[in-house]
Order: sequence, then C-alpha cells, then structure tokens
Amino acid sequence: MATEPTERAPMGLPTGPGAAAILAAGIGSLALGIFAFAGDAVPVIGRAFNFWNPTGALSGVTLTAIAVWLASWYALSRRWASREVNLVPVNVASFLMLAVALLLTFPPFMDLLQGK
Amino acid sequence: MEISFRDMITVLHGMGFGALFMLAFSGAIGVIYATAVAGPQWPSSQRNNSMFRFYLISVAALAWLATLSGAYVVYPWYRAVPPAGTTDLSAYPRLLLLSSPLTAGWHDLGMEWKEHIAWFTPIAMTMVAYVFIKYGPQLALHRQMRNAILTFTAVAFFATAVAGAFGAFLNKYAPVRGGPEIILFQDK
Repeated sequence: MATEPTERAPMGLPTGPGAAAILAAGIGSLALGIFAFAGDAVPVIGRAFNFWNPTGALSGVTLTAIAVWLASWYALSRRWASREVNLVPVNVASFLMLAVALLLTFPPFMDLLQGK
Repeated sequence: MEISFRDMITVLHGMGFGALFMLAFSGAIGVIYATAVAGPQWPSSQRNNSMFRFYLISVAALAWLATLSGAYVVYPWYRAVPPAGTTDLSAYPRLLLLSSPLTAGWHDLGMEWKEHIAWFTPIAMTMVAYVFIKYGPQLALHRQMRNAILTFTAVAFFATAVAGAFGAFLNKYAPVRGGPEIILFQDK
C-alpha cells in the first residue's frame, strides 16, 4: 500500500534552538513573577507599570514580561542557533525559574515576603 | 432570551477560549507522547504531521486569546471605578467583592492570583508548539527536551485550571455584566 511522503526534520538538528526556547520560557516566566511581585510590593513600581489605565499595573507587568521573554529568546537563539547545548542545566534552570515565578504570583506568598 | 454584551464576552473568554483550550490539552499531551513512543517513524504521513502542527499552534493561539481577552477586555470591566456616591455596586465587581469580608477573599486571592498565573500558559504553550514544530520526530531522540515541554505543558494546565476555576467562582459572586442587551431568541 502506498503511503504519503513524510516531511522529516533533518536528522542531527542541534539542541541549541530548543534549549533557547526552553530557557527563554523560564526567563519570561520569572520576569512575570518578579514584575508581579514588584508591582504589588512597591507602589511606585506599580504606578510605573500602569501602561494602560483600564487594565492598570497588570498591563505593564505582562507586556514587560513578554518583552523580556521574546528578547531573551531572540538573544539565546542567535547564540545557540547551531550549537549542541547540554539540556540538563537548561532544564534545571528553567524549572527553578518557573517554580520561583509560580510562588511569586501566589498572593499568600507575596504577602509573606512583604511581611503582611 | 437575552444576554448582556459583557456577559457574552465573558462567556467567550472563559467558555470559548479557556474551556476549549482545556479540552484541547489532552490532545496536546497525546501528540507529544506519540513522538516519544513512535520515535522517528512518527508521524506516518505529511498530512498527519501538518495536522499535529496546526493542532499545537491552535492550542497556543487559544491560550493567547483567552489571556489577552481576559486581561484587556474583561478585566477593565471587572476593576471599573464607580462615580462618587454610587451605592449599587453590582456593575463594579471588584468593589462589590471587597465590600464584604465574606467575599473579599475572592478578589484578594482569586483575582490577584488568576490575573498573573494565567500568563504562564501562553508563554509555555508557545514554547511547546515551537519546539514540537522545530524538532518533530527528533523529539524521540531528546529525552530532556521532551521532559521540558511536558513539564511546561503540565504547568500551563495547572495555571489554566487555577485561572478557570477562580474565573467561574468570581463570575458567580460578582458577575461582569452590562452593556447593550443582546436578544438571542424571543418567545412568540
């Protein structure tokens, strides 16, 4: 029975581009957590993040975090485009950043850090 | 039978984009798992490969639509500030919740958590879709890469579950309502 031709990614594609995407996702997540916490804890930062009044500080927190995520992805992609990168430290760093980011967006933990 | 414009947009945000995203999740996990099990032989045809790519891009797109519509369309209605002297807070959900110690927690914990945690999902799912499209069958050869995308997918699922659950409760205690009434159908 005839089968359709399959489009395959070239074998031996370096791990660099994937590592860049994974690490950048961790960096973007951490940026989101830090900005969310900073906006909540420091009123002047909260006001600075008020990019669009109807959404308030959330607009600046999210748009800045997305900018950090995309910028880090772009920079890492350029650096690691054709490199073989060890994914173990990349994963460990990404998971740690993700875990810290999750904690920093959890209101009771935010309050705990602020001594409320 | 009628629905207010804001109710309709809130339903589209939660049940349209959010719930559809949650439903698509199991399929995304299945697609990623299939690459690990079948290895470089997967997918069996170019059509299947294109379909799986389209599926993961759609999942990421749904995540962005749910998050953006929530933050930039529904949330401004939720946090609207009433004119001085307003006593009926039903059109101002945030203040309505904060007006009673019995409901303030739905804002202080629910909305404060939901408005931030939801943003992990589009970031994670965009990365997952990119890596999947970039490597395709080669993911079977990169266990660490599979671990990373499965972990981020699981976190995205958790984040969406938190945001969705609190969204449902918030809309129960202080619904986002208002705008022109849209008549869906009328009894004769």
